[in-house]
Amino acid sequence: MFKKILSLALVVVMCLSVAVMFGSCTQDGGSDVEKIQKDKGILDTVSNSPISDAAKAELKIGFIFLHDENSTYDKNFMDAARRAQAELGLTNDQVLFEVGIPETAECYEAAKRLIAKGCQVIFADSFGHESFMIQAAKEYPDVEFCHATGTQAHTVNLDNFHNAFASIYEGRYVAGIVAGMKLNEMIASGKITAEQAKMGYVGAFPYAEVKSGYTSFYLGAKSVCPSVTMEVRYTNSWYDESKEKETAVALIGSGCVLISQHADSMGAPTACEEAKVPNVSYNGSTTAACPNTALISSYIDWTPYMTYMISCVANDQEIHDDFCGGFAAGSVKMTALNTAVAAEGTQAAIDAAIAELKAGTLKVFDVEKDNYITVGGKKLTEYAADVDSDEAYAKDTHVVWNGAFLESYFRSAPYFDIVIDGITANEG
Amino acid sequence: MRKDTSVQPVKKAHEPFVHITKRGELVWWRAWLIRAGALILAMLLCGLVTVMITDLRPMDVYVALFNGNFGPEVDTWVVFRDMAILLCISLAVTPAFKMRFWNIGAEGQVLMGGLASAACMIYIKDAVPNWLLLLIMLAASLAVGALWAAIPAICKAKWETNETLFTLMMNYIATQLIAFLTIFWERPKGSGTIGVINQMSEAGWMPSLFGNRYVLCIIIVAALTVAMFIYLRYSKQGYEISVVGESENTARYIGINVGRVIVRTMILSGAICGLAGFLLVGGIDHTITTTTAGGQGFTAIMVSWLAKFNPIFMSLTAFLITFLQKGAQQIATGFRLDPSFSDILTGIILFFIIGCEFFIHYKLNFRTAQKEEK
Repeated sequence: MFKKILSLALVVVMCLSVAVMFGSCTQDGGSDVEKIQKDKGILDTVSNSPISDAAKAELKIGFIFLHDENSTYDKNFMDAARRAQAELGLTNDQVLFEVGIPETAECYEAAKRLIAKGCQVIFADSFGHESFMIQAAKEYPDVEFCHATGTQAHTVNLDNFHNAFASIYEGRYVAGIVAGMKLNEMIASGKITAEQAKMGYVGAFPYAEVKSGYTSFYLGAKSVCPSVTMEVRYTNSWYDESKEKETAVALIGSGCVLISQHADSMGAPTACEEAKVPNVSYNGSTTAACPNTALISSYIDWTPYMTYMISCVANDQEIHDDFCGGFAAGSVKMTALNTAVAAEGTQAAIDAAIAELKAGTLKVFDVEKDNYITVGGKKLTEYAADVDSDEAYAKDTHVVWNGAFLESYFRSAPYFDIVIDGITANEG
Repeated sequence: MRKDTSVQPVKKAHEPFVHITKRGELVWWRAWLIRAGALILAMLLCGLVTVMITDLRPMDVYVALFNGNFGPEVDTWVVFRDMAILLCISLAVTPAFKMRFWNIGAEGQVLMGGLASAACMIYIKDAVPNWLLLLIMLAASLAVGALWAAIPAICKAKWETNETLFTLMMNYIATQLIAFLTIFWERPKGSGTIGVINQMSEAGWMPSLFGNRYVLCIIIVAALTVAMFIYLRYSKQGYEISVVGESENTARYIGINVGRVIVRTMILSGAICGLAGFLLVGGIDHTITTTTAGGQGFTAIMVSWLAKFNPIFMSLTAFLITFLQKGAQQIATGFRLDPSFSDILTGIILFFIIGCEFFIHYKLNFRTAQKEEK
């Protein structure tokens, strides 16, 4: 009962705030998006200035990683750091790794150690590192701090603290197309009926990053297979192999004919290989381990951001507060399609979608398209998301503009947190 | 016996090359000589392993080991801070171990203590002055840590339950409880992390002393070390603990209420674990996660055991373990090696240090040496 009243109150507050914002914004006329872009715009492409030899010799970069290479999440970052190092021709003495740094004061200490060793810029890879990075950034204003997946750079008011992410929802959308085409193939061959086209999704936490990811995946599938539905189940852990496997098995048991996941272990892909259910993965290719079921993976390549960050430091340029690269910047990538499993013509569809996303003619969160994004049977015409991570944790920013939900626009970390029609998610 | 073997040479052929006998008490300096020798051998083997699987020179590794603790790039206060926390937990498990109560639940007791502190920070915030909030946190941590230890102790005293399994299971409950509460306290919603509590107001953060955030932590644990030494060595309760540890029947015979001693000692043990949780949350991390204790509840058992339950020696063994951990970290960072490599080195060193205790208690008698014996 209390929960109901609370949510009702929340809805009222949201509606009021949206109304107020609408009232103030529509008066300007002209393109609203352009106006915001000027105020808050995210950096989504890079053009690095060349680094002089003198500057290169003095560079020192510190990286803080949550786990070691056994975690696919951290390995993705380490590989990118090594590629950036090779690209810029830096030595191992110039690029320092602190590995296995937990999300505690140890992160702050690791940053201090790296600074003592002369690092001019510190990069940390895990969400929970953020507050400790900010603590260090306040103490060392001359050192640059870059934090992946964080949310506070645009509100914390520190010149030397920056967030970065990638518009990975674009990659998820493309992966969704691959899944949808596979479903179509299964329907065409009579294996399932159109109504049985149900996908399962193993999510880590009911967190905006996960929700945005599965929604774009679902939308990609829906764009080619209109009858698709999806069930989401959470493991409440970023890495728990047995639980992820268990959850995938349970989803298959409840009638899901294709599985995808947003969690870091091989649990779900392995379960799919054993049950012979097609799987769309994340972070890295699983084709080698699951040759009969793996379709494709989307992943974030952090190399463009890291080279950008390093070249900014080398050239005394300001690093952007919020970087969010997509396909165009080379930040979002797809692994090679497993043609043994994928439906015919999938590669051509992938290429076409990527080209449209790059050109900006395709919007993943298009709220005007028919039979696409609906909530409670209605199209989404307005929505306020919690973009500013202040103490209030309130829905503070109007995010639907000119017919689209602007994801990763007001800050780089995703904030799409709506469960749309066609998706069932047990939020607990 | 000796005569027999000389008469029957056939049996002599079957005499083992080496046989083991128990030593009497060793003079202290000889025991330490053995320990030092073990450490040197361990270092040599570490060097050998390093040369074999990496392209580093062993000397570089030793220098890095040292620099990880006292190098110019390292905040040595942090080394002593981490040593203090490990020592605090080691001191906590000591009375129970001395009583032969195998409390392996220190991890959970520390977590619960930390949880209590975190809850106070989250709910009281800056409603009261900071010194008062700190006192409330301290009291809450001590109480909750004690409670977490008292439950298995009472069950042991009343129904003879197995304390090893019981305390181990209490660890899992503590971890899950924190995971559960994280969902209520997480910021932002759904992220699964609580983040730094009261980052702006710093309410419930332990104050800096002499311009250093960690000095207070270190002083508290230093005082605790001395207190624990006196308690175990000179107090009546300390004596009761050793009697119960030696033999429960003897303890009963001389009129000690064994059940009471068990529960009382475990409450003390749990309260000190709670103190460690308070120091971790209020003094260092200012947040709580399921990994706040970071396995130190188990490492502490080794620290305590290596020091033979003597709090003064314990500061040495706690330092040794911390020194190795910090040095290993430096090796991994400095040479871009996987942290597992430094775990291998730490493993080798610990193996030798624990292994050498064997040679302190037992003597190897070689065949030739035995012949000359009269």
